[in-house]
Amino acid sequence: MGVEGIGASVVRKEDRRFITGKGRYVDDIKLVGMTHAHFIRSPHAHAKIKSIDTSAAMEMPGVVGVLTGQQIVDDKIGNLICGWAITSKDGTGMKMGAWPAMAPETVRFVGQAVAVVIAETKNQARDAAEAVVVNYEELPAVPDIRAAIKPGAPQLHPEAPGNVIYDWTIGDEAATDAAFKSAANIVSLDITNNRLVPNAMEPRAAIAEYNEPEEHFTLYTTSQNPHVARLVLSAFYNIAQEHKLRVVAPDVGGGFGSKIFIYPEEMVALWASKKVGRPVKWTGDRTEAFLTDAHGRDHLTKAEMAFDKDNKVTGLRVKTYANLGGYMSLFSSSVPTYLYATLLSGQYNIPNIFAEVISVYTNTVPVDAYRGAGRPEASFVVERLMETAARQLNVDPAELRKKNFITQFPHQTPVIMAYDIGDFHASLDAAMKAIDYAGFPARQAKAKSEGKLRGLGVSCYIEACGIAPSKAVGSLGAGVGLWESAEVRVNPVGTIEVLTGSHSHGQGHETTFCQLIAERLGVPISQVQIVHGDTDKVQFGMGTYGSRSAAVGLTAILKAMEKVEAKAKKIAAHQLEASENDIVIENGEFKVAGTDKSLALPMVALAAYTAHNLPDGMEPGLKEGAFYDPTNFTFPAGAYICEMEVDAGTGKSTFVNFVAADDFGRLINPMIVEGQVHGGLAQGIGQALLEGAVYDSSGQLVTASFMDYTMPRADDLPSFKLSHTTTLCPGNPLGVKGCGEAGAIGASAAVINAITDAIGNNKLEMPATPDRVWHAIHGNA
Amino acid sequence: MYQTTYHRPSSVDEAASLFTKGSDAKYLAGGHTLIPVMKQRLASPSDVIDLGKIKELVGIEPTGDGIMIKAATTHHDVASSETVQKALPALAYLASLIGDPAVRHRGTIGGSLANNDPAADYPAAVLALGATVKTNKRSISADDFFKGLFSTALDDGEIITAVSFPVQAKAGYAKFNHPASRFALTGVFVAKTPAGDVRVAATGASQDGVMRVPAIEAALKANWSAAALDNVKISADGLMNDIHGTSDYRANLIKVMAQRAVTAAG
Repeated sequence: MGVEGIGASVVRKEDRRFITGKGRYVDDIKLVGMTHAHFIRSPHAHAKIKSIDTSAAMEMPGVVGVLTGQQIVDDKIGNLICGWAITSKDGTGMKMGAWPAMAPETVRFVGQAVAVVIAETKNQARDAAEAVVVNYEELPAVPDIRAAIKPGAPQLHPEAPGNVIYDWTIGDEAATDAAFKSAANIVSLDITNNRLVPNAMEPRAAIAEYNEPEEHFTLYTTSQNPHVARLVLSAFYNIAQEHKLRVVAPDVGGGFGSKIFIYPEEMVALWASKKVGRPVKWTGDRTEAFLTDAHGRDHLTKAEMAFDKDNKVTGLRVKTYANLGGYMSLFSSSVPTYLYATLLSGQYNIPNIFAEVISVYTNTVPVDAYRGAGRPEASFVVERLMETAARQLNVDPAELRKKNFITQFPHQTPVIMAYDIGDFHASLDAAMKAIDYAGFPARQAKAKSEGKLRGLGVSCYIEACGIAPSKAVGSLGAGVGLWESAEVRVNPVGTIEVLTGSHSHGQGHETTFCQLIAERLGVPISQVQIVHGDTDKVQFGMGTYGSRSAAVGLTAILKAMEKVEAKAKKIAAHQLEASENDIVIENGEFKVAGTDKSLALPMVALAAYTAHNLPDGMEPGLKEGAFYDPTNFTFPAGAYICEMEVDAGTGKSTFVNFVAADDFGRLINPMIVEGQVHGGLAQGIGQALLEGAVYDSSGQLVTASFMDYTMPRADDLPSFKLSHTTTLCPGNPLGVKGCGEAGAIGASAAVINAITDAIGNNKLEMPATPDRVWHAIHGNA
Repeated sequence: MYQTTYHRPSSVDEAASLFTKGSDAKYLAGGHTLIPVMKQRLASPSDVIDLGKIKELVGIEPTGDGIMIKAATTHHDVASSETVQKALPALAYLASLIGDPAVRHRGTIGGSLANNDPAADYPAAVLALGATVKTNKRSISADDFFKGLFSTALDDGEIITAVSFPVQAKAGYAKFNHPASRFALTGVFVAKTPAGDVRVAATGASQDGVMRVPAIEAALKANWSAAALDNVKISADGLMNDIHGTSDYRANLIKVMAQRAVTAAG
């Protein structure tokens, strides 16, 4: 590796503009003649719209237009789609209700848009919005899963009787039941996986511009996948044709999944820009982010694990209710099914698994992928069960895990996934060593003597990333392929542009992707520019989510690079009068092996573009593209151990130590990987201790601001001790697995396992607030 | 935010005069409560009168038997004042716990008291220390000042000019943070006067805002020690009950925080 090649902790190129306030986010963009949109949103969780009177608002200063849900319907703008079809166990398709971009008749969550005011200024739009009179007839609301599945519960959508969207199963039910019948021990748990608000630092925003003579739209938006946005907006929503729509996702301030989806506001901005004949800008505020960004998690689960007399796991049975909110968001259906139940084998050899997932509608904002998406929920089920089993069977939690680890690869689980490689013993051993596992009983005893409750919690997670082999996901109901694209352009002067379908919104692609080029060509990363996020510049691509950008996006770049190198070698060989097989690339030069003859990359590039002296029949230029479709998921895995001390007087939990030993395969930039793990751990710990979206019985979001929704802060978190064990992923040539979601997937079980160990009560829901922990200690809940 | 008229008077008298001229005027101190609600359009004062630049409202002075903190003095200035740290270290400590550095450099003691947020820190100190709230019209004793949630004895347009705190034989504050807002989920200030009287005030706990805690006061008057509170029972009646803390949990916190405050007071 060179100083800036693969494996080097290169400082992030993009940070200079971010930390000096020179990033260019959607809200920074100002177009000539731009107007401002303000949405009128439902204050009710469930209501019929009796009437909307916009006449007074139309007369307000600066108002350009007031548009309603009925006009969206009248203009035949398509309803929002869900891109993954799930089939119920009875063979019927999922029961999907209509979701128009603004509600014409019925609202189903607080914050759903019913109308929009377009005005010259933001304040004028807001003033006029107050003059729009909406008459609602309130309907009884269904604020959570338990209310949704109650017999006789109010119905959200006529298409979904009993509010059930699908009742889906995976695995062999009969074999699993048999395993439980013959079990020596059974461990069971009721688990609530708490609902989370993504809260990216940058709220969602959109600017739409319509060019009437060209019949062409431009949309600037906060998207993790601008091409997918363009595809969906054009193919399904009847707003613009794909070749007449440019989607730009410039600098985006965090996504965590919530900016994968195409939201109503982007659709309305596009549609409205044509209606009013002016560019339309909408920038969400924090309240709108709380109320309308797709939330994450929200499961109710009953899980049971069967053990034989030797404490080997023989079966796992899981029944989960998943809350999808008032409407089905773009990938909502897949999160609690194929991204969740397929990971229920964890790191363990479990011969029989059966899971049933029932997804339901509630009068809450839609729920969809959020950092980890299904895999944190699965890992939490498995790792809470393992820890509970160790306590119930009175064996060491680490030993119980080791006894059941998968050690032979590839390993086919009973729930679709075929793990390609891993070394679960290595990561658990590394974590145990880092935290001095053997010394814990003595530390616990010392803490006890000082009146403190101390506990240790283990969590061994596995995830499926690098999403995903297109053929495989297609066979499971996905509406899209999940490959990635790249184009590598060597300019005539030898500098390099890499156009990628991946999208960086905090991940550091502008650095890590350059490192691959530096590795291959030996050029400094300052000679390389990463281009992404603009459908006019970049070929069709699938975007960034599911820890896929290194495993899939970077591999696509590698494939394009190999083509560029092959052509460049031909040119160099021709110029140097050598055999192409003798050409090696070193430090930015094409050398004839074993001689002092060489040609610098700029000279090769110039030769390619002047085309004065190319091999016979060779096309001019030095630019190649590639599409890469992975052959399998990647399987990052690791072991987290958390040591906590609980103050019995207040129920406050404090970290003593938190160690993480991850196996991400090859690391491109260890510093960036470390940052990704820190962020993931913060979100996993946030879920365990702090964060929880709460709706009251009428469907109002109680936690609709940072005054009530506890975002993790620096002083809530320990100084993490990170380490890596490595098995190279055999599924891609770089051997990378992905690191973006691991922390969020593995951390929460480690924390809850530690606290429940400390307090000696296994019944504790997330977030484990001091109030809940105190009640769990004192038993007077 | 709706249209409003901003004023920056240079004296208390000028501020009071501006107030009477406005149809629905509001005083602005640090602005940490008023500005957010204005931005959310939940408040629409006709006039905003900024007290923060009035020189006579800023400063900390020792008095014969204590200290006087002028109303527009920031939390940061109180927390870092040698005068306060020497005379009433528990008060400096309390100020250091309010919000974050940005809040502490803007927020003021007068603003906090006039707003009387039921989870604010200062009301606990003012009530437990038996402080006197001075206004442009009169002096109000702490026991008469706090009138329930966001409600005080201040008349319309009356301006807090300073707060006088008497020195104590012992004083301590212990705060349990609200996880999200970092206000007090429950904070307890304990104080013992040179004459041996004990006053204890809890914030963040009661549905009616800051309150004295007679059961703890009695126990500590008899025996100034954390252990003296071991068997004190605090009723959950009338305490706040929300997703961050049930009323029985807050009742527990009153006792536990009082014990820790006593330990801190020495």
